[in-house]
Amino acid sequence: MALRAGALIARGSAGLLLALLFAPLAAILIRAGGGYLPAPADWAAVRFTLLQAALSALVSVALALPVARALARRRFPGRRLFIALTGAPFILPVIVAVMGLVAIFGVRGALNTALAQLGLGPLRIYGLHGVVLAHVFFNMPLATRMLLQGWQAIPAERFRLAAQLNLPPAATFRLLEVPMLRQVVPGALAAIFAICLASFAVALILGGGPRATTVELAIYQAFTFDFDLGRAAVLALMQTALVALAAVAALVFARADGSGAGLGRPIARWDAPRGWRRGADVLVLMLAAAFLAAPILSLALSGLPGLAQLPAGIWGAAMTSVLVALASAALTCLLCLGMAAGLSAVVQGVGLLPLALSPLVLGTGWFLILNPVIAPSVLALPMLVAVNTLMAMPFCLRILAPAYARAESDHGRLADQLGLRGLARLRWLVLPRLRPALGFCAGLAAALSMGDLGVITLFGTSGQDTLPLLMYRLMGAYRTEAASAVGLILMALSFGLFWLFDRGGAAPDA
Amino acid sequence: MLDLRSLDIRQGSFRLRADFRVAPGAKVAVLGPSGAGKSTLLSVIAGFFPAQGGSVLWQGQPLEGLAPGRRPVAMLFQDGNLFPHLDIARNVALGLTPARRLTPAQRDRVAQALARVGLAGFGPRRPAELSGGQQSRAALARILVQERPLLLLDEPFAALGPALRAEMLDLVAALVEETGATLLMVSHAPEDARRIAGEIVLVEGGTAHPPAPARALLDNPPEALRRYLGD
Repeated sequence: MALRAGALIARGSAGLLLALLFAPLAAILIRAGGGYLPAPADWAAVRFTLLQAALSALVSVALALPVARALARRRFPGRRLFIALTGAPFILPVIVAVMGLVAIFGVRGALNTALAQLGLGPLRIYGLHGVVLAHVFFNMPLATRMLLQGWQAIPAERFRLAAQLNLPPAATFRLLEVPMLRQVVPGALAAIFAICLASFAVALILGGGPRATTVELAIYQAFTFDFDLGRAAVLALMQTALVALAAVAALVFARADGSGAGLGRPIARWDAPRGWRRGADVLVLMLAAAFLAAPILSLALSGLPGLAQLPAGIWGAAMTSVLVALASAALTCLLCLGMAAGLSAVVQGVGLLPLALSPLVLGTGWFLILNPVIAPSVLALPMLVAVNTLMAMPFCLRILAPAYARAESDHGRLADQLGLRGLARLRWLVLPRLRPALGFCAGLAAALSMGDLGVITLFGTSGQDTLPLLMYRLMGAYRTEAASAVGLILMALSFGLFWLFDRGGAAPDA
Repeated sequence: MLDLRSLDIRQGSFRLRADFRVAPGAKVAVLGPSGAGKSTLLSVIAGFFPAQGGSVLWQGQPLEGLAPGRRPVAMLFQDGNLFPHLDIARNVALGLTPARRLTPAQRDRVAQALARVGLAGFGPRRPAELSGGQQSRAALARILVQERPLLLLDEPFAALGPALRAEMLDLVAALVEETGATLLMVSHAPEDARRIAGEIVLVEGGTAHPPAPARALLDNPPEALRRYLGD
């Protein structure tokens, strides 16, 4: 029976996933028992991690509220594009965005130049506020999507009724929107809090020092500065406890995940108030667009001249990055497909487990396993592929598993009747029906992997830089123009890969 | 010969019993009120749903444990009889083989089947480009190449208008006439049964009654059938 084979494959895939997750965790546990106790600096890292994540979540959601509200009740040309672009930061390489933010908010950035002319400033981007700023840049759009989903879930009839009763905006807000927000906002806060706990590249570039070190960054420092593996293991354990708890909270609270299709669907709204509120909505949307677009544009501007004299090694790094991205995409799709084939809730639950382990925790664990056997830097790229695959899995499985289940429930009976099993079923039923979802997932996994600057910094490389790593080195050497140019290429490749895969999935004969 | 031996079908509190034989080449309408278990009976024969007790035998061999695709059965459902993502020719060809490349003989077979149901030249089209009647014809073309000795129809033409439905039933009658297949056809409409069926299995009150000659039954309905027909 096809289903029995599917269940077998799903269990195998889940088993592989569990091994990839728990082998490093076990290595960490064993190593953490080595007698290192958390020092005050480690607890300070925990406090800073919690503080920056909480602030990032609060500010992201607070800023997203007026934006989502304006998007929900206004109709304007470009609205669809605006909403589509709120999905873009998800696949934007972190280091590219951070560099763009430095170009705007940094000491020599546009903002400080303007402030200096007014006799103010300079604002400093490094430290807590820089970390929060970057996290808000990435997560405010996500919060906007989640809130917009909530707004659009309010039945149009209720707004019609409110209009019929001639309720003033304040009453509409209290009666219709507040109850929705009470449901959606905790989920958005929890999700962003969890994401920011595990973020590494932002803290690596904008944080640091005794007062702005996250646990994830402290793990990296334990490796690179002290090579204290016992401390790294203890920190990894602390980080796992934090992230796992936050991930569980996010899953419990989050109803809307911001991935929902149909966000562009316009709903007739009768309450959209005129007058100054209309102007305020326009202003909010323009500010949000400027906040999200300015760093990217400024990076593009500063990077364009650099394209003429790209640093040595860029094409090798680009090739490495593309290969890693393609391998991650292929592996993610295979694993997700295998796990989705079980049509089982348990197996799909297993697919969410990577959310509990941050990239550097996984990296630490695998380093501990490999180090006695082989120089970890030799295996840096396979490790990068493995960790990137694990990180992309929860998102991709959430898209693929329902699509798989739908294909089986819609057409499984016919396939059974025709005796389609195994590869024949895959070829004639599963792959064609899942093609759009697979294309999207492959694009997502490729782009996420392309832009990842995490585990690679732990393992170091023996001559095979990835693009983000090359860019990071150039930034560290204050070669801003060259770094921007690499950033441009990195961004183009990330979006390009995503676009190609997504496009391929949506081909007309799908 | 199809032999339902002391079949006992249960689904929650629902229960249906069947104990009868269907002669080879017979055309049987399965009639009864909705919810009586007509579709469930066909599902059990096709292997989609296990019976609690009893046995389904074909030519004396029990079918239990055989996957739907391994049974001597071709079945059309109420909907979803074609894969929407594959063209008509491929949909028909899947009745022959799941292989990617067809032999010239197989390609001829597909073309012949399409021509037989009046869809010559429709092979490269997608199901969505066809009308409802044409989609039914395409599904019948696949049934034709499947060459299974037992054909089960679970109201595949229910969504068609009366004239088109009659046309499809005539086509089905002609096809089973040519292939000698045994036909079991779920229906709500006694006129369908009158049109092509030689016999009627009445499903009612938890029992699927043995087949009885259609004309005689409809002309002089027993109490149970009269309740269903409502006159």
